[in-house]
Amino acid sequence: MNFDVEKIRKDFPALNQEVYGKPLVYFDNAATSQKPRVVIDTLVSYYSGINSNVHRGVHYLSQQATEAFEQTRDLIRDYIHAKSNSEIIITKGATDSINLVANSFGRHFFKPGDEVIISATEHHANIVPWQVICKDTGSKLKVIPTDENGNLNLDSFKGLISHKTKIISVGHISNALGVVNPIREIIRIAHQNNIPVMIDGAQGIVHREVDVQELDCDFYCFSSHKFYGPMGVGILYGREKFLEQMPPYQTGGEMIKSVTFENTTFNELPFKFETGTPNVAGVIGFGAALEYIKKIGMPDIISYEDDLLKYALKKLNNLDYLQIYGNSQERAGVISFNLKDIHPYDAGTIIDKFGIAVRTGNHCAQPVMDFLGTTGTIRASMAFYNTREEVDRLLVAIEKVKEMFG
Amino acid sequence: MTITEKEHQVIEEFSLFDDWMDKYNYLIEMGKTTPIIDEKFKTEQYLISGCQSRVWLSAEMADGKVIFKADSDAVITKGIVNLLIRVLSNQTPEDILATDMEFVDKIGLKEHLSPTRSNGLTSMIKQMKLYALVYKTKKEQQN
Repeated sequence: MNFDVEKIRKDFPALNQEVYGKPLVYFDNAATSQKPRVVIDTLVSYYSGINSNVHRGVHYLSQQATEAFEQTRDLIRDYIHAKSNSEIIITKGATDSINLVANSFGRHFFKPGDEVIISATEHHANIVPWQVICKDTGSKLKVIPTDENGNLNLDSFKGLISHKTKIISVGHISNALGVVNPIREIIRIAHQNNIPVMIDGAQGIVHREVDVQELDCDFYCFSSHKFYGPMGVGILYGREKFLEQMPPYQTGGEMIKSVTFENTTFNELPFKFETGTPNVAGVIGFGAALEYIKKIGMPDIISYEDDLLKYALKKLNNLDYLQIYGNSQERAGVISFNLKDIHPYDAGTIIDKFGIAVRTGNHCAQPVMDFLGTTGTIRASMAFYNTREEVDRLLVAIEKVKEMFG
Repeated sequence: MTITEKEHQVIEEFSLFDDWMDKYNYLIEMGKTTPIIDEKFKTEQYLISGCQSRVWLSAEMADGKVIFKADSDAVITKGIVNLLIRVLSNQTPEDILATDMEFVDKIGLKEHLSPTRSNGLTSMIKQMKLYALVYKTKKEQQN
């Protein structure tokens, strides 16, 4: 494996800093990742050079910007193996993508009495939009239960499916626990019943290779900013036959073909769903991030990350006063834990003072915390630029927390 | 002791600490000794929102002064709320409303708490002042 983590770390300027006089350990990657220099440079060069609006002007700069923007769409299509550019919708983020589907698909297809299935380990972003649209359309939200480790119960899932089920939306990887969900199996079962499946890939795209055709999912969404790209950009992959039938979610400029005061004809895919000026710099920056990831190679990234996660789990498991959540068959990216009898806020406050960035709280997944029987956890989430030495430093900090509060 | 005198006392105590760990050890110590709130107050009604940890705060009037009691499920938070109680409890509503709580900044608490956390701190202070305002208004209505 040609994977040199020290060399890679040099590509990420933000990793090279001190916090409270100590070298930063960044373990909050599930919230947002750091950005490689090439992404930052792309943003700077966009705004210093070709900055102009896309798809509108015939002038030189506008064409340059449009070309770079559409090239990124090509890159994304290739990266996730979508069939055509019509299936790649640029949004503001994964949350925006889910809202788009919930609103557009929901308003078009849901009738009173219909049902939507999600899972018990979803991020709020994959709960609330469905909850709201169900309320508005008189539909019902059903939830796939899990065991105490966050493993979805597929037998119960099968029992939830009925002729009223209109869509199933589940996360690829749980953001709170790091559990990799059996999405292939879920998609297979759903399709046997002719039900489309949306996958929230906000964490999934970061830690696994995604081929939407091979997965056979109907929608897949993710954010640029968790995947080494700029903030404010998200992707929605959608199967063309559904996108064609779905009405626009938001309306305005760019998504129209013709407008009179009496009537409007909407533009074709993917533009039908892309109204208003997009985050052009961010989109092109995300293109740079994808190129960077491809250069390093997802297989190497996955194998390095899995190895690091195993190392961290082994070390943390040695501490008998730790409770580690989400002990599933397959996990990625995230370790969620608590020190017994110590509030995660207390632990997080002290760990922070060691220059270590971890997240504490409910991780926008309150239902998960409820079934774990806690108000929150400490979450260390790793990327391929993290090291074993950093894991060791986290252990030192945890031991100090135990000493101070124990 | 007036609020200002108590504030100076706290500032002086904190000036003795060389590093953050001493400071937090002190907060933890105080978190363990907070006067525990009566269980009947540990309900939604007395919960302060805006904190990552849960804080319950109650107030009552005794001899023209407001008595605060609080509890939290996190020790550091309890230490912080205890500091606030030490300064603001057993004071008149007018004095509580008039203070600007400058000691919070001076002992480096605000700068060491991230925005969401310091929102929690802000919420605690706001809630204490709200209680003071209620008692002040009640008193004025009685007069």
